Amino acid sequence: MPEPILKLNGLEAFYGDFQALYGIDLEVTEGEVLAIIGANGAGKTTLMRSISGLTQNQPSMVQYLGNDIGALRADEVAARGIALVPEGRQLFPSLSVEENLIIGGQIGRKGPWSLEAVYKLFPILQERRHQQSTSLSGGQQQMVAIGRALMANPDLILFDEISLGLAPIIIKDIYDALPGIIGEGMSALIVEQDITKALSVSQRFYCLQEGRVSLEGASATVARGDISRAYFGVE
Amino acid sequence: MEWVNAIVQGTLLGGLYALFAAGLSLIFGVMRLVNIAHGDLIVLGAYLGLSVTTILGLHPLLALIVVVPAMAGIGYVLQRGILNQTLGKDILPPLLVTFGLSVIIQNALLETYSADPQKMNAGALETASVSLGGLSLGVLPVMTFAIAVVVIALLQWVFYRTALGRAFRATSDNQEIAQLMGLNRRHIFGLAMALALAVTAIAGIMLGIRTSFDPSIGGGRLIFGFEAVIIGGLGNLWGTLAGGVILGVAQTIGAKIDPGWQLLAGHLTFLVILAIKPNGLFPRINE
Repeated sequence: MPEPILKLNGLEAFYGDFQALYGIDLEVTEGEVLAIIGANGAGKTTLMRSISGLTQNQPSMVQYLGNDIGALRADEVAARGIALVPEGRQLFPSLSVEENLIIGGQIGRKGPWSLEAVYKLFPILQERRHQQSTSLSGGQQQMVAIGRALMANPDLILFDEISLGLAPIIIKDIYDALPGIIGEGMSALIVEQDITKALSVSQRFYCLQEGRVSLEGASATVARGDISRAYFGVE
Repeated sequence: MEWVNAIVQGTLLGGLYALFAAGLSLIFGVMRLVNIAHGDLIVLGAYLGLSVTTILGLHPLLALIVVVPAMAGIGYVLQRGILNQTLGKDILPPLLVTFGLSVIIQNALLETYSADPQKMNAGALETASVSLGGLSLGVLPVMTFAIAVVVIALLQWVFYRTALGRAFRATSDNQEIAQLMGLNRRHIFGLAMALALAVTAIAGIMLGIRTSFDPSIGGGRLIFGFEAVIIGGLGNLWGTLAGGVILGVAQTIGAKIDPGWQLLAGHLTFLVILAIKPNGLFPRINE
């Protein structure tokens, strides 16, 4: 079993007085694709925010490559090689498509991803590269958001609800492209409400329910009934 | 011809107002900070210029070489040390803190330089003029206007053509996501304030060559700067230049009608534009 690159040790997260996560333990090994599933409000996005440094935690609650990163700022976490494709895409409206990609790469980490590589993956973006990012369709914006994260040449990439608000045909395109993206030795954490999609691209999954891990296992062999119970919390 | 003269002189005066306003516009554009101390920082720039010219015996324009980097340094430290702590969802803390800063700067200048009006000596430049088709143009106002155009063109270039400008725009768009790109917003804001105060240094020195100044005049410069920014439209640097020119022309035309009307005419023009187009004439930021 390869070494875990990301390790969560009893991660707890709060929004003011509201506790969103209760002691999450989780591991991602090198090159692994992990799915996080769960209903709305289960704590999936909070989990992403905690890992990426947008929400600060106790230092040892998030360990990356053996180092405590729980208390680091998001820009410090990014510099260590974790990139997030945020929910709702969140492109920079003042920047052109190409500028959005360039700013993703300004961290200066070495690796296979460059403007050329992203344009090769999503040729439509090269055609639209001088347009304002907000003028693109939802699916194209999602491509920019993914490309922007890849430009940082991360070792671990987090996808937060990448199919949200997109047409099924676009979702299929993006999921078809995923293996080519993650295939470069990168590890990935995929947060998704569409359970079938999430399980189809991942090796293992964790199901969250009300801030706790309600089920974890191998994506290929899990029984649907178990997931339903873990997902909705009904017997 | 007298009216043409008033319009031309007002346009040139607008260059100075645009210099007052450019720093304000930049700061608001990048971090939504309304800097009440901006006028006093302009005056601080003028006094630093005065000290450099008297101590080193330099021409005021050469003093820019010292004062511009000094003000930029002050800007970075000010932002990292104090102003970053005030930024958040609430817009009140930065207003209060910069208001306090304004009081502190005024009193520090009063202690250091006294309340006596001062002026920088720029020698022949102050009175030199050129004749152009029946108009007599002061070399200094023409130079100020040219500097304003160059400064705004440079800021525009930085904003839209450089990595720093890209970082400014990204951070302005969405601070959290910019952090995810590895941009430390505290540092980016520090750089924005440094750039703004570098421009403020130029504004202060051009002001100090043109007229006499004392520690209390910051408030008035702040108002002119604000009016130029609002008239031109928030976030649009060329609009800020246009705003400065409109304000300058309104003032000189007002003064032409009756010398007592100079400031009033400027304020009234501002109010009318605000009433008709609350977002300014050329807004770029849609709130």
